[in-house]
Amino acid sequence: MSVELGHFAAVLAFALACGMAVLGLGARFRLLATGARALPFLVTGQFVLVALAFGLLMHAFATDDFSVRYVSEHSNTQLPFMYKLAALWGGHEGSFLLWVLIMCTWMLAVAVRSAHLPTVFRWNVLGVMALMNVGFLAFLLFTSNPFRRLVPFTPAEGVDLNPLLQDFGLTVHPPVLYTGYVGFSVAFAFAIAALLSGRLDAAWARWSRPWTNTAWAFLTIGIALGSWWAYYELGWGGWWFWDPVENASFMPWLIGTALVHSLAATEKRGVFKSWTLLLAIAAFSLSLLGAFIVRSGVLTSVHAFAVDPERGMFILIFLAVVVGGSLTLYGARAWQLRSRASFDWLSRDAFLLQNNILLAVALGVVLTGTLWPLGYEAITGDKLSVGKPYFNQLFVPLMLLLCALLVLAPVVNWKRTAPSRIVALLRWPLVATGVLGLGAVIALWGAFDLPRLAAMVAVVLAIAIVASHAADLVRKLRSGHRPGVAWLGMCIAHVGFAMSVAGVALTVELSSEKDLAMHPGDTVEREGRQIRFVSVEDGRGPNYVAQVGQFAITENGREFMLRPEKRRYVAGGNMMTEAAIDPGFLRDVYISLGEPLEAGAWAVRVHIKPFVRWIWFGAIIMAAGGGLAILDRRYRLRVAARAGVAAAGGAPA
Amino acid sequence: MNPTRKRRLYLVLALALGSALVIGLVLLGLGKNVNMFYLPGQITSGEAPHDRNIRAGGMVLEGSWQRRQLLSTFVLTDRQAAQFTVQYEGILPDLFREGQGVIVEGRLGDDGVFVAREVLAKHDENYMPPELAGMERPQ
Repeated sequence: MSVELGHFAAVLAFALACGMAVLGLGARFRLLATGARALPFLVTGQFVLVALAFGLLMHAFATDDFSVRYVSEHSNTQLPFMYKLAALWGGHEGSFLLWVLIMCTWMLAVAVRSAHLPTVFRWNVLGVMALMNVGFLAFLLFTSNPFRRLVPFTPAEGVDLNPLLQDFGLTVHPPVLYTGYVGFSVAFAFAIAALLSGRLDAAWARWSRPWTNTAWAFLTIGIALGSWWAYYELGWGGWWFWDPVENASFMPWLIGTALVHSLAATEKRGVFKSWTLLLAIAAFSLSLLGAFIVRSGVLTSVHAFAVDPERGMFILIFLAVVVGGSLTLYGARAWQLRSRASFDWLSRDAFLLQNNILLAVALGVVLTGTLWPLGYEAITGDKLSVGKPYFNQLFVPLMLLLCALLVLAPVVNWKRTAPSRIVALLRWPLVATGVLGLGAVIALWGAFDLPRLAAMVAVVLAIAIVASHAADLVRKLRSGHRPGVAWLGMCIAHVGFAMSVAGVALTVELSSEKDLAMHPGDTVEREGRQIRFVSVEDGRGPNYVAQVGQFAITENGREFMLRPEKRRYVAGGNMMTEAAIDPGFLRDVYISLGEPLEAGAWAVRVHIKPFVRWIWFGAIIMAAGGGLAILDRRYRLRVAARAGVAAAGGAPA
Repeated sequence: MNPTRKRRLYLVLALALGSALVIGLVLLGLGKNVNMFYLPGQITSGEAPHDRNIRAGGMVLEGSWQRRQLLSTFVLTDRQAAQFTVQYEGILPDLFREGQGVIVEGRLGDDGVFVAREVLAKHDENYMPPELAGMERPQ
């Protein structure tokens, strides 16, 4: 009975979302204005109903109710309990229910924390979000119903969860990533509400900034988690493949990053107003495009869910309506925008503009590379794939330019900056960069080709970024200036970015990777480490049997063991390679076990991956910076002030 | 020309030049780095080029997989008339199996043997690459 109740709850939530969209979007009309006051209740109702549906489906997983088709396809009695719960988002239907739940959570958060906004604007924001939720719930109910039963032929045992997904990474990666994806709907809703109201001053930018930062921080962590998961769980040590589905999450991130920066310029200086609106629309549209790429199966990808043209068509139509509708509105209203503020080429405004141009071009590169196979096949009927070198050759120079600009980021002022100020402020950072950068270049000497040169430039620029931000912090502290929390957040995020860039450059250039055929007892030497293959033994896990390789590694006099596994999952008979990793701040030692070869030998892959962890540490630091920025006092003060004004003066139109 | 117009002209010129540059580089990059996809029939008929990186796909023929230490050879077939031999040195993916659909990336040698740099088998055994649709063994 219980999942039927879940289904019913989802249907009710759909009805509430429809009502809320009408009331919210029509709040300016007298007829609906009274009803709009019910919006907070409708939001709460949707959240409770969807959470109930989610909980009931999770209950079906926890109790192995294989009469529910989705449960029987993605779980198994032998699955460890934690993974039974996480299996809820291990497939298409359940993961979309998670998506809807997260959408409802964002709506609830906006409803709770928007009391200070002008009334009609607030109802419009919630109305736009409800309209999106109508689309999401319709998609769930009409094409991807996870509550369907398998009666009367109820299987006694479930198919099992794909072994690759039986992992901590799967447990956390989708919720965090979706929180980022769906979070851009808030910035989108603020932009649409601003266009609807016709009040296109910088106010909407200020209101949407904390929301956009939060979504961006979640997306950053979500992407990093996905990369880390692929690295250790796919078993072959890659951390980024330019796979269509990875690109699907990366594209909203690129535009989201641009949005975070252009919102700053719009809020502080009132410049780039129309561009910022466009970015807010684009970021959410790209999230939807990502959902389309992942869930339609039109592109060959390692991630793709089962192919279903009907679902793809639904999302495509939804995407067309969202993009078409919002661009039409934008076209009708944005011409009214005029920026009166002017700025010099040597100013923070101009630097943010260049940041936005570079990120937009980077998006164009990734978007073209991702969708090219689709377009080409549609026109010629032939199939092709775009190779990784395309992305690397075009993306890397863009990021290097971005890094070069970032060195100057803390020292340029709004409106205009005297060149002498820049020279004065950058003197010490440049000296530090010269010394440390020379060391890095010497360390990277040896091979000398274009990628190596790019890596050297990247590392030197990363050092320069850290140095210039540190120097500015020191200067501020010395002059008795207490740096603001938002400013600190920016510095931290920039340093995190530099760390990721350095990590990428060093890992790509210094990694060593080798497939070997080894007999037990063999020893190989890799980059000054002795790696001895001791034996292969049998092991057992809760729901798999494994062959466990025993490797003894000697590194600088330290000795440790690594035990990579070749697992066979009992339920589905799937084989899986579980790599063994000795993580380190400066390097990872990574061993995975291939298949047995003739005469007792085993195929073994040995990686030494210097600085690979910096990529993900950097992302965490970036996200922390973004999170810190929203704690700034001025948002809370403004919120308090606005609330006071609204209470005293009533609702502006 | 008045200064505002002059500035606007420069801006438009810079924008046009910049976009042209970006589009040019993107097309150049695509031209060098796309890998065309070929089916077994196109490989045997000589339609597939020998001088560049390509992708090919098919079903691994039962009984064709042989290995000497890390060097594997196997035959990819379209389950009709055409088939060709693939050579790969290294560790194959976990889901590589005879009878399974795979995609290989690499170069076609003049002897008709495909030397693969990469072998892709999907994570999910129920998943069929769209390129290989229609090749499944009839149940």
